[in-house]
Amino acid sequence: MNDLLLLVPFLALIVLNLLPKSARVTPFVVCFLIFLLQTAAAALQPFGVIDWSFTAPLERVIGFSLVVDNLSVLLLVSTGIAGLAAILVGRATLKEPRSRAIFLSLLLVSLIGINGIAMVRDLFTLFVFVEVTSVAAVILVTLREGPGGLEGAWKYLLLSSVASVFMLASIGFFLLSAGGITFDQAAAALAAPAPLAWVAAALFMCGLFVKGAMIPFHGWLADAYTAAPAPVSVFLAGIVTKASGIFALMRLAPSLLPASAPGREILLVVGALAAVAGAFLALGQSDMKRMLAYSSISQMGYIVMALGGAPSLALLAASFHFFNHTVSKAQLFANAAAVEKRLGTRDMDKMGGLAARMPVTGATAAVATLSIAGLPPFAGFWSKLLVVIALWNGGQRVFAVIAILTSLVTLGYFLVLQRKVFFGKILPEWESVREAGAGLLLPVIALALITVAIGIGFPFLLPMLLGGGV
Amino acid sequence: MTLMTIILVLLVIAALWASMTTLLLRATIALALTSALLAVVMYSLGATLAAVLELSVCAGLISVVFVSVISLTQRKPFKEYVTRRMRRLRRFWPLPLVLIAIGFGLSFIHAPLQIVLPLPGGDGDVRTVLWNLRQLDLFGQILILLAGVFGVLVLFKGEGKDVD
Repeated sequence: MNDLLLLVPFLALIVLNLLPKSARVTPFVVCFLIFLLQTAAAALQPFGVIDWSFTAPLERVIGFSLVVDNLSVLLLVSTGIAGLAAILVGRATLKEPRSRAIFLSLLLVSLIGINGIAMVRDLFTLFVFVEVTSVAAVILVTLREGPGGLEGAWKYLLLSSVASVFMLASIGFFLLSAGGITFDQAAAALAAPAPLAWVAAALFMCGLFVKGAMIPFHGWLADAYTAAPAPVSVFLAGIVTKASGIFALMRLAPSLLPASAPGREILLVVGALAAVAGAFLALGQSDMKRMLAYSSISQMGYIVMALGGAPSLALLAASFHFFNHTVSKAQLFANAAAVEKRLGTRDMDKMGGLAARMPVTGATAAVATLSIAGLPPFAGFWSKLLVVIALWNGGQRVFAVIAILTSLVTLGYFLVLQRKVFFGKILPEWESVREAGAGLLLPVIALALITVAIGIGFPFLLPMLLGGGV
Repeated sequence: MTLMTIILVLLVIAALWASMTTLLLRATIALALTSALLAVVMYSLGATLAAVLELSVCAGLISVVFVSVISLTQRKPFKEYVTRRMRRLRRFWPLPLVLIAIGFGLSFIHAPLQIVLPLPGGDGDVRTVLWNLRQLDLFGQILILLAGVFGVLVLFKGEGKDVD
């Protein structure tokens, strides 16, 4: 399966670009099927239901060094879900054939990049695939007409390049201190008292903090998310930033940062700073997408903070919150796309009472916001609970309290969003507004159902998660 | 003054030229020159593989991509060009001084630095390294180039429409 996860999208990328420009439906169908098959194959992988031995001849020829473990499955499934939502939103919102074709092509490039990040076991190859993902994302942001898209992309590119320099320098130092750049060699070098290896680890973490938009390296994220076209925002916020920054941290932290290392303290402080500052920054926004962007910074802070918790629970809590945030944030950006498409504005001060005219959008947005705020019975409640327990059990009680209090701020800004956009009496200028079309409703309904289903079914899911040991 | 010192000085001058010039085509030529000189340094230090890649990819392929993109742009009016050049020179004039200061500072450091990088594995042959050991990286780099092509398509999507 491993090689196919890179080769199938690559083949599709070539074939789709050979199709005549008049082809409007086929590219969407092909991309949708690729993301759907990836989601299904990855979700079934831990159960060993599918026999992948038929790919053995191909793997003998290609022979990429890729490994799929439970953490890889998390990213592969999350990417599949966010990608499916982005494709549906793209089909509903992108009208120009050229933009559609480039969007789908870059979505496939991003998919290959993220799949690579999920499966590699080597720092340099990880760096290459992080770059593939970032470069594709930067260009996706420019798909929006006007200077806003270019400005967002430029900021993203600039800070992403800084991160790349950190990571490349780190790889050089690992090569010198560890004699190699596989994850195992790097972990072995860090286990011994080797100052150069610690400098390398610190540089790599700095690079990932920038890619993951941790505070104070967050400058690019709000502009990029806000400037990007709707389907791109769904994919960026849903998975790209998390895959290129946060997932790589999740992959490396357990092996590179032993329980007693000061690296865990750094993760806690950086994570808490992002969680708190992101939440307060979101509170002051009137642009709907910008508020969601700052909320993303805050929630990614939670994931990073969880990694500093008790080692037995840290990765599980971080992974579960990673997945829930992917689902809910992709959904909220799809909701924002529906609102923007109908109203032509993202300014929440000009909205009000939309739930009366857009009941499905309003109800699903309520599910996602309450889930991210950590209210039962939604999925986000359980993942935030796991984050708090991981911090508490790890002796990080101050950070556990910070996590709980930040959740209240999260609830605060999402209630502001709900009040300004959906609650209250409909404003006269929006009397004629209609509910979004099926293309925008299908992904939000599906994602909201996932949030509710995981929330209600969590007691049955927990033994499986604990048994899986991510 | 050894040959290596001359090459290193030329390398710095070429890099400064690439950073400070206002003409994109000249910047591309300067960057290619920097890469070519860097390849010579790498070769003389025994990093044959790195030298080959630096020369072929950075000095060759990347320059071709840059020149192709520049061919899609239009030159600014002469007056604006002069204004921009002066602005750029005002902005970057400390850069050579910073480099000289760093070089001067480094000349006082006499650390016994003996860095020996591990061999790339296998028999060290370029083909083995590229196709057997690092083929995944090569695949990733092809994707980055493809993404770059899409970038050109997006950024120059209006090209031709505005031209009478």
